[in-house]
Amino acid sequence: MFFTDFGKYLLLIKSVFKKPEKWRIYWKEIFLSMDNIGVGSLSLVAIISTFIGAVMTMQIAFQLVSDLIPSSIIGQINRDSSILELSPTITALVLAGKVGSSISSQIGSMRVSEQIDALEIMGINAPGYLILPKIIAGITMVPLLVIVSIFLAIFGGLAGGAISGAVTPADYIMGITGDFNGYTVTVAMVKAFVFGFVITSISAYQGFYVRGGSLEVGLASTKSVVVSCITILACDYIITALML
Amino acid sequence: MIEVSDIYKSFGENEVLKGISANFEPGKISLIIGGSGSGKSTLLKCMVGLHHPDSGKVIYNGTEFTRLSFEDRIPIRKEIGMLFQNSALFDSMTVEQNIIFSLEMFTDMSKSEKIDRANFCLERVDLAGTNALYPSELSGGMKKRVGIARAITMTPKYLFCDEPNSGLDPQTSILIDELIQELTDEFNTTTVVVTHDMSSVMGIGDYILFLYQGKKNWEGSNKEIAHTDIKELNEFVFASPFMKVAKKSF
Repeated sequence: MFFTDFGKYLLLIKSVFKKPEKWRIYWKEIFLSMDNIGVGSLSLVAIISTFIGAVMTMQIAFQLVSDLIPSSIIGQINRDSSILELSPTITALVLAGKVGSSISSQIGSMRVSEQIDALEIMGINAPGYLILPKIIAGITMVPLLVIVSIFLAIFGGLAGGAISGAVTPADYIMGITGDFNGYTVTVAMVKAFVFGFVITSISAYQGFYVRGGSLEVGLASTKSVVVSCITILACDYIITALML
Repeated sequence: MIEVSDIYKSFGENEVLKGISANFEPGKISLIIGGSGSGKSTLLKCMVGLHHPDSGKVIYNGTEFTRLSFEDRIPIRKEIGMLFQNSALFDSMTVEQNIIFSLEMFTDMSKSEKIDRANFCLERVDLAGTNALYPSELSGGMKKRVGIARAITMTPKYLFCDEPNSGLDPQTSILIDELIQELTDEFNTTTVVVTHDMSSVMGIGDYILFLYQGKKNWEGSNKEIAHTDIKELNEFVFASPFMKVAKKSF
């Protein structure tokens, strides 16, 4: 069952990357998808990232109770955790729920209402027209959202630490500016790129092969979120193991 | 001219089409009729390439469509117009965008030329002025007519209609049949219609193909249908009390 699905997925991806009939039409769809995935998810990602950063700061401070450890280390741990793990992974999991289910149900509805058949009858490569713009939007907008998320998580940590008294702003800023390794950002961007591809392609696959009616569209949407989340976590582990 | 030769199609253990052969001629309306599950829609989808037959051939003007790759099918697909059972209009697009979509994809026409073409197609189906409406704002009959307008945008040689009358009131149903007849005459299309509707059978059926349990059971014209002694066909066509009474007048 897994190998059948995986084979179908690879064949679908192969047809997605065929030469587009007319790039001008595809560009329009790409910008619409970018708006939907990027701008449409910005506020949600911002709220989640700020709060996670704030909570992380307080929890790190709670665990680092030794007088031998400078409190500036709290900012450093929060920064590195946000860059390497929290921002890419949490953002991807949130987007798998928000964007993934939307892509899956949109394409699934088009399948059950024969709109995809209509595209194919016209001679249009339906996987290319429907899925390629979403994948391009995913691999460009998810990294941008992750960058925003990193900044807001670090800012959230500053605010959370200051409001709760867990760490002073001066110590926190000293922590986030010290011993910075730029390679961590590279790892985060690789993760974001892969997660963007995973979310959009898996959700589109689940929607594209829906058979039945609205009930099946709903089930496909749920399945796309579950499969995307598991794949994100698996890819997270693999990338971390390979790059760190 | 479309030739269908010895088409077999199964879904798992269920053999839906069992060796169907038929010829569909230009300038005529060919109806594929039969009970639910007889294989009508499957045959239509095999003909347009939405299903791949297990064996057999579909030939468009001498070109074997079934053997072509997706890319090689595109020139033939550009000559195909199809009206779907539920119209299958793109619901994120307006009526006008639906109609000019294939022109945008495959032609280099200017914007004004495309709009002129959309207006012509909409006038042809009596829906002038509905350009800016979305499919959700249309009635069932209007959606069918927009579906027809979209199907004729590229001036097709082949027009396929999957149950064009389903869900429509009798008057709208007759209007749709008349429209299909007019377009077939005007563009000399090879028109293939899958239908359950007996008024279509008697009204526009130049050639009728009756399927029964996945096999061709009868073929002929609407003038001949009342005079056959095929039991399954008579039970299907003259099932209603109205058609039983009507049969006596044929």
